[in-house]
Amino acid sequence: MPSITREEVAHLARLARIELSDEELDHLAPQLDQIIALVGQVSEVAADDIPPTSHALPITNVMREDVNVPCLTPEQALSGAPAAEEQRFRVPRILDEEA
Amino acid sequence: MTAEVFAIEDALAQYDPVLGLEVHVELNTKSKMFCGCPTEFGAPPNTQTCPVCLGLPGALPVVNARAVESAIKIGLALNCEIAEWCRFARKNYFYPDMPKNFQTSQYDEPIAFNGWTEVVVDGETYRIEIERAHMEEDTGKSTHVGGATGRIHGASHSLVDYNRAGIPLIEIVTKTIEVAPDKAAAVARAYVSMLRDLLLALDVSDVRMDQGSLRCDANVSLKPRGSKVLGTRTETKNVNSFRSVERAVTYEITRQAAVLASGGKVLQETRHWHEDTGVTTSGREKSDADDYRYFPEPDLVPVAPSREWVEELRATLPEAPSTRRVRLQEEWGFTDLEMRDVINGNALEPIVKTVELGVSPAAAKKWWLGELARAANESGKDLADLGVGPVDVSNVQQRVDKGELNDKLARQVFDGLLKGEGSIDEIIESRGLALVSDDSALIEAIDRAIAANPDVVEKVNSGKPAAAGALIGAVMKDLRGQGDAAKVRELLNAKLGI
Repeated sequence: MPSITREEVAHLARLARIELSDEELDHLAPQLDQIIALVGQVSEVAADDIPPTSHALPITNVMREDVNVPCLTPEQALSGAPAAEEQRFRVPRILDEEA
Repeated sequence: MTAEVFAIEDALAQYDPVLGLEVHVELNTKSKMFCGCPTEFGAPPNTQTCPVCLGLPGALPVVNARAVESAIKIGLALNCEIAEWCRFARKNYFYPDMPKNFQTSQYDEPIAFNGWTEVVVDGETYRIEIERAHMEEDTGKSTHVGGATGRIHGASHSLVDYNRAGIPLIEIVTKTIEVAPDKAAAVARAYVSMLRDLLLALDVSDVRMDQGSLRCDANVSLKPRGSKVLGTRTETKNVNSFRSVERAVTYEITRQAAVLASGGKVLQETRHWHEDTGVTTSGREKSDADDYRYFPEPDLVPVAPSREWVEELRATLPEAPSTRRVRLQEEWGFTDLEMRDVINGNALEPIVKTVELGVSPAAAKKWWLGELARAANESGKDLADLGVGPVDVSNVQQRVDKGELNDKLARQVFDGLLKGEGSIDEIIESRGLALVSDDSALIEAIDRAIAANPDVVEKVNSGKPAAAGALIGAVMKDLRGQGDAAKVRELLNAKLGI
């Protein structure tokens, strides 16, 4: 029983907007399964007294004061955008894929 | 649009509504949730962005301490427990309103949870359970181009302004609300209205519904009377005034009732409220695209508010709304019925502010529940958005107290203010509303009244002083209602020797 099915990989690919052919799914699904199994080894060595963590450093409460710092200019902000219009980021039609 | 809508009475006779409300509050911090960009409303597009809120590679977020403080205050004011340790999470989705392709939010570890609050409707108190209040960031603002009505459907492309992206947002989620069916919509409205007052008192948000700093999504489902099984719910968005909260909930109840009664199924979907037509329309169906693949945000460390900090903040909280209501009623000397009218009319805060300006509670109530409530009702606006505020009421009442206006003229002044005819002085001038309290003008009018009504004078002289009322009436008529009635009586009595 694989830890991730071919259907689940196809679902994830859709969520991530990655188009995969049937051949690619056949190829990638078992690989992902292997990767998950590999990462799963961590839980084999983790005893009950080791809590799960999401961060490498055991620190909390890193905060900043509520003060303003200079922003980018609109020109700088838009400089990396593939397209801009009226000082805004121009993006393709949003509902396209649902049509 | 073939679905029929039930009359609300018919719907409520067969089904019990179950509500859930999600309110988003933009905090009034100077800077964004995770970066130092300003949060001004209405700034030119993309002038308040930086690598962090644009999601540029390598940029690292840092939490705004004041936003956390505000979140804790909101949680405490809603009687929530405050997490000893909680994390942010990435909510992944593809939509260009967030340049990162995820929104930094909180998932299963909200900063505040398990709270409750109370609202009053028609003199009855309803307890509303709070599921959670969590921290997140607002999204950018999209403008859809090329469609017929500026809507996303039919648009050729969209333009995005990221000024709003990253502004601190608190999402407050209720548990399911089940109250008497005929009260459900009013309770929903009262809840959002109460939240606004609470957030204002906490000074954590501008709570301007018209500017989107307070936004409400209403979840509505129906279950057949007596059933324990919850029905399929819809989530109505874009409900942006107290009045539309009530209208949108009522509409969804009647719409779903009609669907169910005709044997149909309510779809689980997002619906959009249209203020102008008073209906909701189908947005997108909830689907697997809503699989947000939440995971803990690796670029932020956990937030662990110390108990000392939490208690410090608890000590700064303003009086609880229910305690405050009781206190104000006592101070103002209002009856239960009067207080109920004030609360139902959303006039509590305006009256508080008006009284603070030195106006008597009775006079403040008279104007807010009389002229102004009527105007709000007629124009379909909330009392707070009329454009006439406590300062205006105080200025008009001061003129009444000084004898420059009477109530009748004051009503005309309010009418002028509501119609935007200028300042109070300009309206008095242009409408000719000044009260005649000049002795000589009044005495002339009194003399005319006495000359014209010899029979009344006769009655008074023969020992019936009450008959003098007719003369006062005549004088006031002569002065087109603009006489100072107290002064007229005084002068007339002197003249008649009574």
